[in-house]
Amino acid sequence: MTNETVHQLSASRQTAYQRIALLAVICLGSFLVALSSGNIAIPFMELINLFSDDANPLYAQVVLELRLPRMIHAFSTGALLALAGALMQVLLRNPLADPYILGISGGAAVFALIAIAIGLVGWIVSASAFFGAMLAMLLVFGLARGQGSWTASRLLLTGVVLASGWGATISFILSVAPDSKLRSLLFWLMGDLSFASNIWPALITLAIGFIICMYFARNLNVLSLGAEQAQSLGLHINRFRWQLYVLASMLTAMAVVQAGNVGFIGLIIPHLLRLMGLRDYRLLIPAAVLAGGSLLVFADTFARSAFTDTSLPVGVLTAAIGVPIFIFLLYRGVKSV
Amino acid sequence: MSAGEHRDHSQQTSHIDCLNLQLTIGGRVLYNDINLSLKPGEVWAVLGLNGAGKTTLLHTLAGIRPAGAGQIKIKAKPIEQYTRIELARQIGLLLQTQQDPFPGKVIEHVLIGRHPHLTAMQWESKQDYQLAQQALSMVGLKDFENRNLQTLSGGEYQRMLIAMVLVQQPLCFLLDEPVNHLDWQHQHQILKTLVNMAKEQSNSILMALHDVNLAARYCSHCLMLFDNDRIAVGKTSELLDQEKLEQLYHTPISTIESPQGQIFIPR
Repeated sequence: MTNETVHQLSASRQTAYQRIALLAVICLGSFLVALSSGNIAIPFMELINLFSDDANPLYAQVVLELRLPRMIHAFSTGALLALAGALMQVLLRNPLADPYILGISGGAAVFALIAIAIGLVGWIVSASAFFGAMLAMLLVFGLARGQGSWTASRLLLTGVVLASGWGATISFILSVAPDSKLRSLLFWLMGDLSFASNIWPALITLAIGFIICMYFARNLNVLSLGAEQAQSLGLHINRFRWQLYVLASMLTAMAVVQAGNVGFIGLIIPHLLRLMGLRDYRLLIPAAVLAGGSLLVFADTFARSAFTDTSLPVGVLTAAIGVPIFIFLLYRGVKSV
Repeated sequence: MSAGEHRDHSQQTSHIDCLNLQLTIGGRVLYNDINLSLKPGEVWAVLGLNGAGKTTLLHTLAGIRPAGAGQIKIKAKPIEQYTRIELARQIGLLLQTQQDPFPGKVIEHVLIGRHPHLTAMQWESKQDYQLAQQALSMVGLKDFENRNLQTLSGGEYQRMLIAMVLVQQPLCFLLDEPVNHLDWQHQHQILKTLVNMAKEQSNSILMALHDVNLAARYCSHCLMLFDNDRIAVGKTSELLDQEKLEQLYHTPISTIESPQGQIFIPR
């Protein structure tokens, strides 16, 4: 009995670790593809050569100055979105929740679009988006709190209503903006990594967010059982929900500031990992960083190399890659139960 | 402690003391003055009509909703002086409803019950895992470890929830209709298991029940929640009779003698 027990315990954990290791390999693969493909194709062997003295200076410049920062942007954005999505789904106890559902991205979009529409560029657009995200977060925070007690559905309703308010404002800005700006505005809304500049803010946010999430991970398992059960298991539920809300909002804000509205990743990656058997948040969180990050790296690589004369907004491709994978896993999952 | 030689619990510190407890729901006062003390080894039934306040009482005692007035002490210390996690080591609560939007394996779910005993970054140990397996076999779900929650029937789900509160290992169990969805075999098997556990390990149990005959057979004490802010507290053998039950349920009742003692049935 005892040996069998130990065997089963380690076996099921082993399987989980193997799946995370597989995701790590896929992630490395996405890095290689991202660095080697584009208008100038660079063979994998040349990538290794970059660190030697006889490196091709053109390759070195392309890889280190263009593709590497872009890849880091893509990875950190995807990872932030997947993490934020997983947190929102527990916080709202709703499988349809995604990082944007409470209107954080709507607030960011309104202020970013105003900045773009009046001709501002670069970091000012990002700063403006971040301001909008924080404003949206505080609005939901203040209104959902009401007379003190709140429930997941109250938070959800407040957020969804405010999000549609932001949505209407976005439509208004699009309809009055000058035609010359429309393309930039639409790209921002569909999610596009070419706006990103400095790689560090998102990477640092991701690192801190990841550590906090791992520290909280078992609490997430507990909270997904519902407020009453979580309380009776020792969770300080009000405090924890607000911590979760602020954390998820900050992660989302940083992702939106970097890349606009990249859809799909935050909603689908956590479900995809659950279908792989990684339901325990202590496993799901590291897996979400790897899977979310690599999905966006792949998508961005295709977005910028699919056509030679133009690049697509990356949001178009996340779904194109993610939908078939998800349907495949869902179909396989149903059969095996 | 061997079977048959049970400690005299009357001198021990109560697990739960209610002093002039007031229960309110939605601003309406249900009961003004509940006094009871739950001692180690005791098994209590809470009886009353739908909406009488059984669940409200259990939730208040578990510290997940505030009392209207009065005081609750857990092991002689006021409940407010406990942190959430300390309280979860003393009191386990079985809820009437629970749903996980992301259902996983039975064993994963049951192991979440170990939460109050683990530190922030700690994983469940082999001992925790064995405890969960034991709890599953106690509730008759020995081979269900790797089943997905979605494939369980109502009664199996209920027993899984009972296993979860068992691995929490609290001193005091507050169970909201533990035999909900259970067939006769499992009603009796689980109540027997719980009563034995309470005797052998000096746990205490307070459970909301709708079956008076189960209360008569398995519970040492009863709390009857009448309407009009009236309660009755006492030993089951002294408290449960036809007259009080008729008042409690507003239903005429017959009493039948059986080898298992008196049986009450609605007329």
